[in-house]
Amino acid sequence: MTSAAPALADAGMQEDRLWRWLTFAPAGILLLAFSVLPILNLIVVSFLHVSWSGGSASFSAAGIAHYRALGGDELFRAGVRNTLVFAVFAVAGQMVLGFALALLTSRVTRGRIIYRTIFILPILIPGIVIGAIWKLMFQPDFGLINQIFGLIGLGPFEWLKSASTALMSVIIVDIWHWTPFCFLLFLAGLESLPQDVYEAAEIDGASVWQELAYVTLPLMLPTILVTLVFRIVVAFKVFDEVYLLTSGGPGTSTEVVSFTIYQRFFTEDRVGYGSAMSVAVIFLVSLLLVLALSARKRLGPA
Amino acid sequence: MSERIAIGRSQLPTQLALGLAALVVITPVAWVIAAGFRTQISLLIGEFWFTPVLTSFQDVLFSKTSVFLTNFGNSMIVGIASTLLTLTAAFLGAWSLHRMHWPSWVVHLCLGWAMLFHMVPPITLAGAWFTLFRTIGIDNTLFGITLAHATLNLPMALWLMGVFVQDVPRELEEAAFIDGATTPTLLLKIVMPIVAPGLAATAVLCFVFSWNEFAAALVLSTKPTATVPVAIAKFAQDFEIQYTQMAASAALSIIPAVILLIICQRYIVKGLTTGAVK
Repeated sequence: MTSAAPALADAGMQEDRLWRWLTFAPAGILLLAFSVLPILNLIVVSFLHVSWSGGSASFSAAGIAHYRALGGDELFRAGVRNTLVFAVFAVAGQMVLGFALALLTSRVTRGRIIYRTIFILPILIPGIVIGAIWKLMFQPDFGLINQIFGLIGLGPFEWLKSASTALMSVIIVDIWHWTPFCFLLFLAGLESLPQDVYEAAEIDGASVWQELAYVTLPLMLPTILVTLVFRIVVAFKVFDEVYLLTSGGPGTSTEVVSFTIYQRFFTEDRVGYGSAMSVAVIFLVSLLLVLALSARKRLGPA
Repeated sequence: MSERIAIGRSQLPTQLALGLAALVVITPVAWVIAAGFRTQISLLIGEFWFTPVLTSFQDVLFSKTSVFLTNFGNSMIVGIASTLLTLTAAFLGAWSLHRMHWPSWVVHLCLGWAMLFHMVPPITLAGAWFTLFRTIGIDNTLFGITLAHATLNLPMALWLMGVFVQDVPRELEEAAFIDGATTPTLLLKIVMPIVAPGLAATAVLCFVFSWNEFAAALVLSTKPTATVPVAIAKFAQDFEIQYTQMAASAALSIIPAVILLIICQRYIVKGLTTGAVK
């Protein structure tokens, strides 16, 4: 390119600049119109009182009243608390189980593709359908779970309708839903590890556990971290399963942030307050992103 | 040699453990599909053996009050349209950002914003989308849902296509320009064939995620424009839940996923793992 005649390069530059904009435009417009603009709209509305009368909205200034109210909103506090509990336990379960399954699958010589096909299935099923499936599974009278417990003389349990087991039940469903995703990423990671290290470990007489602790885990660390971040992000967005399985109840025992926003914004039609809650959540999420990025910078390129 | 034999023998517990895990994954799905073939009474008394009937499937698909086929069509239209839109925007956008010499702050700003947008729960934006779509007159239309899904999937698609276009050798691009190729020719004739497997992987994921998306579709649709997940949620929330019909519609709704799993598993795996391994 450097040897091209200057005039030709100039004309090329002009055309380059045009095409640079044209190729960028579709993605740029989509992001600007449907992500930047809506968030700006949320921020503006979060400082307003909105009231509806006869199909048209009227606005009046609210200042920071909505943001002040957030702290005292029991539902929002329960939502944040449950989302954190949900994310920690669900993601921990998925990571451990996913890693174990990937390790086992990478060791078998027969049936690897069949196992992978079966394990991928839940990732592709709509969250709402997974909710429907498990609503039937957890159904107290005829659900399969209680039938199995019935065989050994236990139950029936009110899995989703009892405040002490509802959140745990939702976490179990999420583990069922997303362990396959962790499994898939870990399996891909394990399959791409250099084999000579394992041969060396074998020659040195390392036991299976030593191999796992000193060879596999350190080599897999980057994949593990990336999977962890992916999963935590998606866990914070949980909505579909909760909507279908428990609708946040009983009481506030399975209230999660996305569902709280849905209730305040849409069910109760509190647009200004719902917007403030949305902005607060977006702010928390961006804080998380900044933390994750600076952590990665400190750890060096993964 | 004795070690090899030991490894061969030790595969039995491994196979058993994996078989058990596969059973845990398959059983709920199979049990619900089976429930779709039961009568309400057979399901309620929990009998193990039952005579399969097609009543629930017939009710879901063909009864006069059911709109499930419409929902299915809506999901197909939104899925295909939003996938095409996302794919076009992501392919061109990724090429532009990674290969067309934007100042680095532009690239970082765009990709950073996309990443943040990907982390935000869709429900936080649904209200603003609703207001915006109402203003421009596309509220409660399939077009509105399509735009929402295209935008929701764009960050992931931009990221994946970014990885794939960066694999295109720069020498090829330079050779094409020296031969007098214009940017459209370069993209269509040279870059697109090279990244075709990447495009396929991204397309499959975009379609699946659009097919599965619930929160935005719930807020942005009414009964005639409802997608499959919205319809199934309505089933489950009826005052008197018709369990077997809910099971039948759940079974029908996973057909596209199963077909894709069988015929494009390679692309699904490629799409899901690319972001993490690279």
